Amino acid sequence: MKLRFLAPVLVFAVLVPLLIFGLSRNPAELPSPYIGKPAPVFTLPDLEDPSRTVSSDDYAGRYALVNVWATWCTGCREEHGFLLTLAERGEVPIYGLNWRDDGAAARRWLAELGDPYVATGFDPDGRVGIDWGVYGAPETFLIGPDGTVLHRHVSPLTEAVWQRDFVPLIAQEGR
Amino acid sequence: MIPELGHFALTLALSLAVCQGILPLVGAHRGDAALMGVARPAATGQLVFVAIAFACLATAFLTDDFSVLYVARNSQLALPDIYKFSAIWGAHEGSLLLWTLILSIWTVAVARFSRELAEPFVARVLAVLGLLSCGFLLFMLLTSNPFERLFPAPSDGADLNPLLQDPGLAYHPPVLYTGYVGFAVAFAFAVAAMISGDLDKAWARWTRPWTTWAWVFLTVGIALGSWWAYYELGWGGWWAWDPVENASFMPWLVGTALIHSLAVTERRGLFKSWTLLLAIAAFSLSLLGTFFVRSGILVSVHAFATDPARGRFILMFLAVVIGSALGLYAWRAHTLDSPAGFRPLSRETFLLLNNVLLVIAAALVLLGTLAPLGVEWVTGEKISVGPPWFDVAFSLPMIPLMFLLGAGMHAAWRYQPAPGLGRLLKWPALVALVAGIAVPALFYGWAGSLVAVGGIAAFWIMAVSLVQPLRSWRRAPGTPGMSRAVAGMSIAHFGVGMFVLGVTVVSAFSVEQDLKLAPGESVEAAGYTFHLRGFQNVTGPNYRALEAEVEIRRDGRHVATVRPQERTYLVQQNPMTEAGIDPGWNRDLFIALGQPLGGDTWSVRVQYRPLIRFIWFGAVVMAIGGIVAASDRRYRLTAPARERQPVAAEKPA
Repeated sequence: MKLRFLAPVLVFAVLVPLLIFGLSRNPAELPSPYIGKPAPVFTLPDLEDPSRTVSSDDYAGRYALVNVWATWCTGCREEHGFLLTLAERGEVPIYGLNWRDDGAAARRWLAELGDPYVATGFDPDGRVGIDWGVYGAPETFLIGPDGTVLHRHVSPLTEAVWQRDFVPLIAQEGR
Repeated sequence: MIPELGHFALTLALSLAVCQGILPLVGAHRGDAALMGVARPAATGQLVFVAIAFACLATAFLTDDFSVLYVARNSQLALPDIYKFSAIWGAHEGSLLLWTLILSIWTVAVARFSRELAEPFVARVLAVLGLLSCGFLLFMLLTSNPFERLFPAPSDGADLNPLLQDPGLAYHPPVLYTGYVGFAVAFAFAVAAMISGDLDKAWARWTRPWTTWAWVFLTVGIALGSWWAYYELGWGGWWAWDPVENASFMPWLVGTALIHSLAVTERRGLFKSWTLLLAIAAFSLSLLGTFFVRSGILVSVHAFATDPARGRFILMFLAVVIGSALGLYAWRAHTLDSPAGFRPLSRETFLLLNNVLLVIAAALVLLGTLAPLGVEWVTGEKISVGPPWFDVAFSLPMIPLMFLLGAGMHAAWRYQPAPGLGRLLKWPALVALVAGIAVPALFYGWAGSLVAVGGIAAFWIMAVSLVQPLRSWRRAPGTPGMSRAVAGMSIAHFGVGMFVLGVTVVSAFSVEQDLKLAPGESVEAAGYTFHLRGFQNVTGPNYRALEAEVEIRRDGRHVATVRPQERTYLVQQNPMTEAGIDPGWNRDLFIALGQPLGGDTWSVRVQYRPLIRFIWFGAVVMAIGGIVAASDRRYRLTAPARERQPVAAEKPA
C-alpha cells in the first residue's frame, strides 16, 4: 500500500477529531485569550454617521462593555431587550461592534428596537472582529479602566449572567 | 392520519433501502443473479414510498394541518400557496426529505439508464446508493421526523421565515440538492469500481455524463443562491464567503476538477486513481457541507435550527461513508493505477494543472472555513476568517488557471508541438490584451493593474472559446463539424470568461451610497438622478409594507421607476427590505430603504452595479455548456452502434 493512496484517509482521520471537537465544545464557556491582557485597539466608522469614528480611546479610563452584534444573528435580538435595560440603568457604557453586517439594515434595527449603545462601530468585513478573536455574534467583552479585557461572554447576555459574571468583576476592582 | 401515513411510508422506504444496500452487494460477490436483481425493483419501490411521504408532507402544508409540528413552525394560514409548498424545504426536517427524494430519483435514473452495463457493476452502484439512502432515512426517522405531531394543535402557524418567502427559495434548494446528491452517483460508480477492481475507459464514459449533469445542477443552484442573496438580503452583495456558501462551492470546485479528470481517463485511460479520489471527494464535500449547515459548528448567516443529536448523527454517518470510501481507496486504488505517461506539452499536462489548481482552490476554501475551528482546537484562541482572506487566497490558484485554460483547450492529446499552439493562440492573445485593458478602461476608467489582469483573463477565455466554433464554421465542405462535446466545452468556457468579466467589473466599479431623501427631493449618484416621488402603504397577503416610488433619470431622460419596500410580516413582526432593482444587461440600479430619519425623510441606500448580471448569466452559460457536452452522441449510442462508429469524430483539433 503506497503512501499516496493512504494519504487521503489519513487527512480525513485528522479532520474527524476536529469535527468532534467542533461539536463537543460549548462556545459560551471558552475564555478569550485576551483576558487580563490589553484589549486590541480599533478605530471604525460610526454606524449612524460614517463621517465620525468610534475608537477604543472613547472608553479609555472607564469600565465599558463592547457588544458584538449583527442583524442576521437571532441571539442578538434575544439579548437586545436586556441591553436596553442595562443602558437605562447606566451602570456601564455599552459600545456596539456591528460585525459582518449591512449598514442600512443595522441602522434600521437600532431605529426599530431601540439603541442601547453609546456608539456603534461599523465593521462590515469583520476586520476588527478578527483582532478581537470574535467567533460569532453575540459576544460581549468587559473592558477595565486600564484597557484590559476582564471578561468575555459568548451567547446572549441575560440579567442572570450579568449578575453572576460581570457585576462581581466590576465590584471587586472597586468602581 | 395522513402524516402517520407519511411516517409509515418512510419506514417502508428504509426497509427497501436496506434490501437495496445489502442484497445486490452479496449477489455481485457470489455471482447470484437473483440477489443482484433485487437492486432495480428495490430502488423503484423506495422512490415510490419516499414520494408518498413527500406528498403527505405537502398535503399537511397545503391543508394547514398545524397539528404537525413542522407545519406549525414553518407555515401560516395567510401564506400564499406557492410558499406553503416551498416551505416543505424551508427548514431542516423537510429539506432532508427533499434530499432523500432527490437521491431516490437519481437512483432510479441510474437503474433505468444503465441497462448496458455489466449486471454485477450496476448491482454494486445501486447498492452503494441504497446504503447512502439508508443513512438519510435513518437520520430522518431517528432525529428529524418531519411528521411529528403537536398537541394541542395551534390555531395558526408561526409562519415561514420572511427571508424565505420568495420565488428564489422555491427553486434554489431543490436545484442545489440535485447537484449535491448527483455527485452521489459518481461516488457510487467510484466505489463500485474499487470493489470490482474494474476501471476502464467505458467506466469513465459512463460516469462522465452523470457527473456533468450533477455539476450543471450545482452550478445553477449556486448561481440561484447568489442571485437570491443579492436581491433578498438587501445588501446588494453576491458572494460573502459564508461557511454555507463555501460548503456548496467546495464540491463545485472538486466536481469541476472531476469533470476534467474524467476526460483524461476516458480518452487516454490515465489519472485513474486520481479520478476515483476526486469522485469520492466531490460527494464527501457535499456531505461535509450538510454537516456544517446542520450541526451549527460554524457561524453562518444561514441559521438552521441546530441540535447536537443531529450533529452527532451526521458526523457518524460522515465518518462511516467517507472513511470507508477512502479506506477502500487506500486498499484498492493501486490496482487500478495506470503507468502510461505523456509528454510535458500535451492536453494531459494542462488538465493535470487544471486539477491541481482547482483542488488547491478547494483546499484553501476548506482551510479558511475550518481554520477558526482548528486554531481554537490547538490554542484555545478564537479567530475568524473573512472575505479579505478568501479573496486573496482564492485568486492565487485561479489567476494562473484562467490563463492556462486557454492553452489547454487547444492542446492536442499525447503531444502538442509548441509552435502550432503558439500560432493558434496568437490572435486570441492579442484580442485579450487589447480588449482586456481597453474595454474596462474606456467604459469605466483605469482602475489599476489588478483590474487589467481580470479584464485580460476574461477576454482571453472568451476569445479562445470562440476558436473552435469559428474553425468549424469556416471548415471545408464535407469535413465533419464540431462534436457536441467540443461545442459544450467552448460554450462552458465562454461562460467562465463572462463570469470573470462580471466579477472584475463589479468589484472594481460598483458605487454604493447612503443618501437622505424626502418626498419631492432628488439626489445624484453614479451619474443617475434619483427622484423620490412619495410613499404609499401596501398590504400583502401576510405583511404590511411601506412602498416608496423612486424615479430614476439620466441626463434628464426617464430610465425606470422602482418601488422598494419596507415590509413587516404580521406573524413574526420581522422587518424586511425588498430592494427596488432596475436590472439591465450592463448594470443594475439597486435601491433599498434604510431607516426613517424623522418626518417623511428616509435614508436610502443606492447601488450601481455594472455587469453584475454577467456573473449569473456566465454561470448559466457554463451550465448550458455542460448540458450540450453531456448530450454528446457517444453517450447515447448503444454498444454495437459505438463499435460501428469510426473514432475520427471524437478527436478534437
